[in-house]
Amino acid sequence: MILGPIAVGAGLLCFKHDWLRRVLVVGLIGVVCACVLALVKTAVPMAASSLGTDHRWVNLAVTVAELGMGLYVIYVGIQARRPLIVTLMLAQVGLMTWFEFAYGTKLEAAHNLFLDKFSVLMALINGLVGGGICLYALGYMRDYHETAHPEVADRRPLFFALLCVFMGAMFGIIFANNLLWLFLFWEITTLCSFLLIGYTRTPEATTNALRALVMNLAGGLAFALGIVWFYHQSGKIELQEMITSGRGVALLPAALLCFAGLTKSAQIPFSSWLLGAMVAPTPVSALLHSSTMVKAGVYLILRLAPVISGTTVGLMVALVGAVTFLVGSVAAITAGDAKKVLAYSTIANLGLIVLCGGIGTYAAVWAGVLLVLFHAVAKCLLFLCVGVVEHKLHSRDIEAMSGLILQMPRVAVMMLIGMAGMFLAPFGMLISKWAVLKAVVDAYPSLSVFIVFGSSATLFFWVKWMGKLLEVVGPREAVVQELGFGESVALYGLSAATFLACLFFPLISSALIEPYVQGVYGHTASMSQGNITIMMIMMLMVMLFPLSFLHYGRGVKVMDAYLGGANVQSSVRFLGSGRQVHPVTMNNYYLRDFFDEAWLTRAGVRCGGALLAIMLGFAAWSTVLAPAGDSRLAPGPAAAPTKPIALSPSLRSATDNL
Amino acid sequence: MNPWFRLVLYLVGAPVLGCLLAGWDRRISARMQSRQGPPILQPFYDVCKLWQKENIVVRRSQNFYIFFFLLLVIFTGALFFAGSDLLLVIFALTLAAIFFVLGAYKASSPYSFIGAERELIQMMAYEPMVLLTAIGMYMVTKSFAVDQIASHPTLLVVALPGVFLGFLYTLEIKFRKSPFDLSCSHHAHQELVRGMTTEFSGRALALIEIAHWYENVFLLGWVYLFFAASPGLGVAASLLVFLAVIFVDNVFARLKWQAVLKSAWTVAAVLGFGNILVLSWLSH
Repeated sequence: MILGPIAVGAGLLCFKHDWLRRVLVVGLIGVVCACVLALVKTAVPMAASSLGTDHRWVNLAVTVAELGMGLYVIYVGIQARRPLIVTLMLAQVGLMTWFEFAYGTKLEAAHNLFLDKFSVLMALINGLVGGGICLYALGYMRDYHETAHPEVADRRPLFFALLCVFMGAMFGIIFANNLLWLFLFWEITTLCSFLLIGYTRTPEATTNALRALVMNLAGGLAFALGIVWFYHQSGKIELQEMITSGRGVALLPAALLCFAGLTKSAQIPFSSWLLGAMVAPTPVSALLHSSTMVKAGVYLILRLAPVISGTTVGLMVALVGAVTFLVGSVAAITAGDAKKVLAYSTIANLGLIVLCGGIGTYAAVWAGVLLVLFHAVAKCLLFLCVGVVEHKLHSRDIEAMSGLILQMPRVAVMMLIGMAGMFLAPFGMLISKWAVLKAVVDAYPSLSVFIVFGSSATLFFWVKWMGKLLEVVGPREAVVQELGFGESVALYGLSAATFLACLFFPLISSALIEPYVQGVYGHTASMSQGNITIMMIMMLMVMLFPLSFLHYGRGVKVMDAYLGGANVQSSVRFLGSGRQVHPVTMNNYYLRDFFDEAWLTRAGVRCGGALLAIMLGFAAWSTVLAPAGDSRLAPGPAAAPTKPIALSPSLRSATDNL
Repeated sequence: MNPWFRLVLYLVGAPVLGCLLAGWDRRISARMQSRQGPPILQPFYDVCKLWQKENIVVRRSQNFYIFFFLLLVIFTGALFFAGSDLLLVIFALTLAAIFFVLGAYKASSPYSFIGAERELIQMMAYEPMVLLTAIGMYMVTKSFAVDQIASHPTLLVVALPGVFLGFLYTLEIKFRKSPFDLSCSHHAHQELVRGMTTEFSGRALALIEIAHWYENVFLLGWVYLFFAASPGLGVAASLLVFLAVIFVDNVFARLKWQAVLKSAWTVAAVLGFGNILVLSWLSH
């Protein structure tokens, strides 16, 4: 599953024919989805596996691939005259090369890959949501080059190749246990996102792509340092070992890996790269925001949650998440560009997940995993809808979407579903927010203040957008042919998934999430039966709403709206003071004088920077200086409250799918 | 009391009580302004009259939102009085309010549009304090379930004075009373006309009125929760709070939305969150 997409991606580079590409991509998605679904069936609760092949060659290939990417990035850095990129990459490559040559023969992991319920869930999201995006991209990119943006050079073979490699690398991150492998895939996603963001080659795109590269390279350097330090301390090179080996050894590496996770998931001092990423074509944004890239960051943090839970490192990670949630939500109010609103909301929701990871109690992790799932589905749906609207209306300003319910009824309804999925009871995100709030109040009641203010801001910007879609001033012409084939498959599928994920949420929770939490913490959280029933009743009520349209237009008399003056031509114009005819315009509030985006960003960056400095400082102090060597002697102190995960040495049936 | 019995009592009794409260509100307000005021049952007569009127709309689907607003308000109160999770009650209330706002957007008149925007600002203003109230109650009673909170042996207001005051502040917004009647004023001769409800008439307006009756009873029920350990005191406190709201309504002029948002968030941060911080310190 990892190599498949990467190989197909490489193949796609060679083919220029549109239909061949289509066949290949559709075939790949079919295979990947089948594999993922098979994974759900075959996986036993806990499993670890190793490949039967000779590890030395694989490891050598990993090293060579890393070196190659390093050289490419240095070349990019020199070409763009960015000394920071060159420095970061040189430091990283230097470190890793030294590390692998110094310890080359000893760097053997017992289990290079592993599989548990959490990875299955992530694979499910990556396969299904990512697959949907690729399908959508087939039609979208044709429109993009032929009608919407003829000025952009058509490099579609590269584009689809990158999408596939991206997906494969994400599977790699999910399944890798060997930290060196994980690191390789981590860097591949960094590189892919750099290339995809810069796809259009406009100056803006190039600048933003380079910004994304710098920030993620900083994270990559922290990752590399984390690996080296962990090996230096414990002589091990596996992620599971890091989680189970206790705080004395693992705290500093975990803090460094969390730092990497925070850069990747665009938490606050680093949030600007994700905002910049919206210059890329919409499928890229959807991919970055929903199933891959940013989810890799939070995935790692949620994995490491047992290590950092209850420490100052954990508290700092949680605070970074909490501040990000608040700043992201409030900043989204001021944004008028639909993609920017979505980007801020992604950053905010990732903040919520990071908050869960930082708190790291079993209830928080349960809530965090739920958030990952629901957010991926609803956010992807929203991005894809915005992409369609942008092509048909040639604008992604929210004000231009006024009356969309008449112009593009299907897309508008799907957008409404997506938005409801993002913040409204009884949809998934709200179930998870409920869980987050409970977990936070139990662990750190003072952190709840970020959630209550942040979520009230969330409400404001979503509802005003929903209102804009519904509100209709004058008559509108419907857009002919709203959706192409691939687009409809993706959009209908995701809309259905938003509903189904909520309806089957108890099932998903008990089949995939609870066993994982149970395995790591020894006990698990869930929602009480009574509350589930209430949620289901609410769900039914909301689903009844469309039924009321059976009654559409019956027994009512339609009149023009009251406009204060005399109406001219229905309610589109009115006769105002001085007998002048004015058109009716209605614009949403953005409260830009009240909430200043620039100020918010500045304050957020300072705050986040300080928190990160405290986090790394504390981790370094507590492992290097304070215990002065004793932690080095005892690889697994009993301080860790976690139960070691039972690693069963082989699981053929699951391995075959990988 | 059996939760099912409470539920039925709420479903039947709340509109009656809500109607009476609305009647008293008008009468007391009139007396404060040295007027005679309408009969106590005037709100009931109003609703009856509205019910018989012709159904006039601007957009054909606008009334559907209002129907679901009423349905969800009733559902919210039902959850509350049946004793279920307080957070879910808040979420259901939010969902109800959003249906109302969307209805106003759908009506597509400039006045209802501005009313909807302002209602959203008001929701943003009160939401933090409402959630903090639930959190405060949870910290004292260790449960979000309303029936557990109600059966807590001590008076919650003693541990949560700041939260209680903050909650009173948001109650003023929730009742849509001056100085917070930004989104739909009770008097249609102002710059906002009738705000959100400008384009609703006939049965839809009657449904909105009934929804407010249910909502007000539910909100006073929440006030009661602060004093649940002593039921007599609780009822008295709820009525007193209701009187205070009417008094404030008659004393103050309308505020700008900036002032509403700023003051409500400050109150939530200082009184509500301050109270919670003190509680979490004490419990450590």
